[in-house]
Amino acid sequence: MTATQAAAPPATQDEARTLLDFQDVEMTFPNGTVALSGVDLTVREGEFVTVVGPSGCGKSTLLRIASGLESSSHGTVSIATSRIGYVFQDATLLPWRNVRANVELLAELRKAPRAVRSQKAREAIDLVGLKGFEEHLPRQLSGGMKMRASLARSLTLDPELFLFDEPFGALDEITRERLNDELLRLFAERRFAGLFITHSVSEAVYLSTKVVVMSGRPGAIVRTFDVPFPIPRDPDIRFTPEFAALVGDVSHALREGHH
Amino acid sequence: MSATINPEKAPTATASGLPIRRTMPAVRARRPQTATWVPPMLVSLVLLGLWYAVSYLVLDEKRRFLMPPPDQVVTKGFLDPDVLGEILASLGQTAAVALAGLAAAIVIGMAWGIAMSQARWIERSLFPYAVILQCIPILALVPLIGFWFGFDFFSRTVVCVMIALFPVVSNTLFGLQSADRSQLELFRLQNASRWTVLAKLQLPAALPAVFAGMRISAGLAVVGAIVGDFFFRRGAPGIGSLISNYQSRVESAELFAAIITASLFGVVIFWLFGSIAKLVVGAWYDVDAR
Repeated sequence: MTATQAAAPPATQDEARTLLDFQDVEMTFPNGTVALSGVDLTVREGEFVTVVGPSGCGKSTLLRIASGLESSSHGTVSIATSRIGYVFQDATLLPWRNVRANVELLAELRKAPRAVRSQKAREAIDLVGLKGFEEHLPRQLSGGMKMRASLARSLTLDPELFLFDEPFGALDEITRERLNDELLRLFAERRFAGLFITHSVSEAVYLSTKVVVMSGRPGAIVRTFDVPFPIPRDPDIRFTPEFAALVGDVSHALREGHH
Repeated sequence: MSATINPEKAPTATASGLPIRRTMPAVRARRPQTATWVPPMLVSLVLLGLWYAVSYLVLDEKRRFLMPPPDQVVTKGFLDPDVLGEILASLGQTAAVALAGLAAAIVIGMAWGIAMSQARWIERSLFPYAVILQCIPILALVPLIGFWFGFDFFSRTVVCVMIALFPVVSNTLFGLQSADRSQLELFRLQNASRWTVLAKLQLPAALPAVFAGMRISAGLAVVGAIVGDFFFRRGAPGIGSLISNYQSRVESAELFAAIITASLFGVVIFWLFGSIAKLVVGAWYDVDAR
C-alpha cells in the first residue's frame, strides 16, 4: 500500500513541504532554567533529522515542544500536520493489554471504528515484524520487541511527522543496530519525516539525512550536517571511511559545543 | 523478519546442558506444594505442643478452664452439634455484616480515592479526613453510632465500614497515581478525555494496589463485624455476641472454638481476595496470593 509512495522520487529539499518549523525558539522553565535558546530548526517532508547533544541539553524539551506536550516561552513553532507519531524513551506499553490491543490503542483513543483499527494494527504489527506475537503481553517480550510494538502503535496513525525521544537508548548494541535498520527500512517505505533525539553520534549519522548538533545549557544549535548517503541505506555504509569521517566531524562539533 | 526476534531468556540450560526453548519467559519459578505447606504445618505442630504444655503442665486441674487443651476445644466446641450449630449460625450473621461492610467500604473507598486523584485540591481537602478516620478510636465511637443508627444490622455495618475504609482509600489513590508520566502523555497526545484516561489507563494501572487494599480491608471488615457485635446486642447474634456469652458463662472450650472459627473466616476472606486479585491482574502483575 505504500509502494507508490516509496517508488516516488524523493522531492528535492527546496520544494518539499515544511512539516515542522522552529523560529528562534526559547524555553525557560518556571524555576529559571533556560533549556533552549534561539533554536531555528526545520523538518521537511522526506527528511530524517537527528538531534545529538549532551544529556540535559534540552533535546527532549525540543521534542516535547514539537509534539505540543509543552509550549515554548518565546519564538514561533509551526507544525503543518496533525498526523504526528511520538515514540517515547521507554516503550510505554500498557502491561494489561496484549500486543494487538496495545497497537490498537491510539486509533481507539481517536475513536476509529473497530474494523479500521484492527486492520491498521495488523498492518503495523506485520511491518515491525511482530507477526505471531499479537497475543503476547508486554512482560513476555524482550526490550527490542517492546520497542517494535511501540513503533507499530505509532505507525497506526500513518504519521507524516515522526518524533523519537531516544527510543533505543536503553537497548543493547545489537538490538539497537537491528532496530536502526528497521527504522531506515520503514522510513524508506513510508516516507514520513522524522525528528530523532539521541546521544549516539553513529546512530545519528546512520539514520538521518541531516544531523543537528546541540550544545548544553542553554541548549542551542551549534552546527548542522547534511548526510550524503542515499536512502535506502546499506548497513555496511557504517564501515566506510566516509561514514567514519562524518562521525568524526559530528563528534568534534559536539565536543566544541560542550563547555 | 521473525528471525530477528529474540525473546528474552528464551534458551534455558537444563541439567543435562541441553538448551530448551520456552514459549514464554517463566516469571516466577513455581515452588513445589510441599515447600509451601510444610513450614506452616510444623509451626502449627509446635504451637499445639505449647498449648498442651500450658494446659497440662502449667495449669493445675482447677485452673485448666483458662486454657482448655485442644482436644477439648474440638470435642466440646466443634463436635458438639448444638455448639457447632450455634457458632455457624452466628458466623453467618457476622459474615453478612462483614461482607456488607466490606462492599460498602470498597465502593465508598474507591469513589473517595478516584475523587482525590482528579485534582490536587480535592486530594488536599479530603486526604486528611481519611487519615483522621483511620486514627479515631472506633471503640469509643461505637456507642454513639448505636445512639444515632440503632443497635441493629445497619450500625454494625457502619462500624465495619469505618474500620475497613482506609486501606481502600489510600491504595486506590496510590494506584491511580502509579500510572507513568509517559503513559499519561501518550494519552494526552491523542487528546484523551479525563474519563478515558481514568478508564483506560489509571484504573487498570491501579487494580493491583486496589486489590491489595481490599485484601487488608477484608480482614479488617471481619474484625469490625465482631466489634459491632460486642456492642450491639439487638437483632440476630453474631459471633461477637456469642464470644461474649461464652465468656460470661466461662465456657472456655466453646469460647476457643468460636474464636478459631472467626479467625478461620478472616483467613478465608483474605485468601479469597488474594485469589480474585490473581485471577484479574495475575496475567500481567505478580500478585502475592497465598
